[in-house]
Amino acid sequence: MSDKIINESGLEVQPLYTEKDVEASGGLAMLGEPGQYPFTRGIHREMYRKRPWTMRQYTGFANAAATNERFHYLIDNGQTGLNVAFDLPTQTGLDTDDPMAEGEVGRVGMAVDTLRDFEIAFKGIDLEKITVSLTINGAAAILIAMYLAMAEKRGYDIAKLRGTAQNDILKEFIGRGTWIFPVEPSVKLVCDTIEYCAKSAPKYTPVSVCGYHIRESGATPAQEMAYAFCIAKAYADAALERGLHIDEFAGRLSYNFNIFGNIFEQVAKFRAGRGLWAKIVKEDYGAENPKSMWLRMIAGGGGGGLTIEQPENNIVRGAYYALISALSGAQTMALCCYDEAYTIPSEYAQRISLRTMQLLIKEMGLCETVDPLGGSFYVDTMTNQMRDKMEEIMAEVDAQGGIVKMVSEGTIQAKVSQQAYEMQKKIQSGEFPKVGVNCYQIEEEEKEVEFHPYNIEDAETQIKSLNEVKAQRDAAEVARSLDRVKADAEAGRNVMPALMDAVKAYATVGEITNKMVEVYGRYREPIRF
Amino acid sequence: MSDRKIRVLIAKPGLDGHDQGAKVVVRGLVDAGFEVIYTGLRQSPKAVAQAALEEGVDVIGLSSMAGSHIPFCKKLKPLLDEYGLSDKLWIIGGNVPAKDHEELKEIGLDGIFPTGAHFDDIANFIKENVK
Repeated sequence: MSDKIINESGLEVQPLYTEKDVEASGGLAMLGEPGQYPFTRGIHREMYRKRPWTMRQYTGFANAAATNERFHYLIDNGQTGLNVAFDLPTQTGLDTDDPMAEGEVGRVGMAVDTLRDFEIAFKGIDLEKITVSLTINGAAAILIAMYLAMAEKRGYDIAKLRGTAQNDILKEFIGRGTWIFPVEPSVKLVCDTIEYCAKSAPKYTPVSVCGYHIRESGATPAQEMAYAFCIAKAYADAALERGLHIDEFAGRLSYNFNIFGNIFEQVAKFRAGRGLWAKIVKEDYGAENPKSMWLRMIAGGGGGGLTIEQPENNIVRGAYYALISALSGAQTMALCCYDEAYTIPSEYAQRISLRTMQLLIKEMGLCETVDPLGGSFYVDTMTNQMRDKMEEIMAEVDAQGGIVKMVSEGTIQAKVSQQAYEMQKKIQSGEFPKVGVNCYQIEEEEKEVEFHPYNIEDAETQIKSLNEVKAQRDAAEVARSLDRVKADAEAGRNVMPALMDAVKAYATVGEITNKMVEVYGRYREPIRF
Repeated sequence: MSDRKIRVLIAKPGLDGHDQGAKVVVRGLVDAGFEVIYTGLRQSPKAVAQAALEEGVDVIGLSSMAGSHIPFCKKLKPLLDEYGLSDKLWIIGGNVPAKDHEELKEIGLDGIFPTGAHFDDIANFIKENVK
């Protein structure tokens, strides 16, 4: 008899599964049909037969003009959506000329100071055909306003405009770290965007709740999804408190999940999660519109699984991740590029990722049949067990006072970081195999890898263009609109209308952020181990 | 040398928020018997130098993932000199490509531990090199 195998989520994996295992794990009660409650098999009846997943590679560097060029390159190569990367000053609410921004402008994404940058970044892109996802959190309310204002200026009706913002601040406190304001006003701002979009931009997805980064920070697959649901519930509860009905906004919440790890555990995770989220929205929140119950997701990335050793292996990993994502019924896919472990992806690496997805669509038959692993005794059993596990984890969070409290106190951060440490020890000892890292290593020669060039001139150009915008704008209008942001924040009103006003006046991300800091203060990280 | 534990500062320089690696290293060094002070995110060069001074550390460790390590270290170096910390062991870990190692050494870094470095190697390096 071989040793027990326990997957990362803590569930035992059997050498063989039969009908009896499916029965013992709860049977097929939660399976249902694709496109029908509880949506375990998929949120649409025909899934990819009707339309393949959206291909949305994470892209952005230097400035708006350089990023616009890369956007066009990807669209010309068959990409169907955009996923915008912003530099760290933008993500943390600083202008390009802020002393803290020195050395970081345009480094990990494109620099944005004012509406002018958005006008340039999306030039020549049909925003009805190509939906845009903004990977922005701390400064999300400002950048959502900027996106909507840019679209409006170009003549789009924002009531019909689609698009997504990541805007999941609670996970930023757990991992990724681009917070600005303390926890409470941060959640308030997320709620402002949900409320504003529900009323004024009902097709826009203001939040994409991310299990992804929690997994990267050390969570197991089951925890990843359970914590994401706890976070989504926190936002939903805050929106309900404002008097919104669940069906007014739940359909416009989406998710972002990680994918690295055991293939079957991941597929089961997604199927289980779809059923569980549908059940929560219907039974706990009383939603009536089936669309409110859909777990819509982007999946395919798994940076934590990639290695700097033998980076070409990441191309193969990426292909498996894309396969998992397709087998799991994701709506949108973004793959990590093979060079992403050490640099901003090259055009070449981006194209390989794009082709990986296109291969699955065109050559491998992934779009022909819905939920192709449905009916596998293994996957159906694991789906039931993963759902139970997620519910158990969610109950633990509730018992400890809820996710907002745990994040504020740093207990959830300490928990996942302890797990990351345990995992790292297992990788270093070889107990947890990682190809190229602790097995099948090769003595590597000095790697001839292509690094994304960082030009200090990009920052200088960006500062110059910021100064030009400042010289051209109506200073009185900027001052008036910034005062309104502060007044609305002080009064506890929804700040979105004031933010729309301010971005249209070409107030900068930093100026607006500072006004809000005057009212909300800044977050202080709890250091807890 | 007395029984005093070697004190290590682990700092996250700049704006990047990817702190999984930094926190993992903190735990690894604590388990290896060091006293570790973790600064949290978004440390300016001045904040790092000040923390090193106030905490009286023997080792100043930076964790950098987003590529801004060279400009940051260039700004930190004169502050370490100014604060009288030039004799402290100065190390960096994270996403630090090989092509930058020489320049970092020239700036004054004593040890470089790119992604994948083992806890043992970091711990041994510190034990052997703390003056």
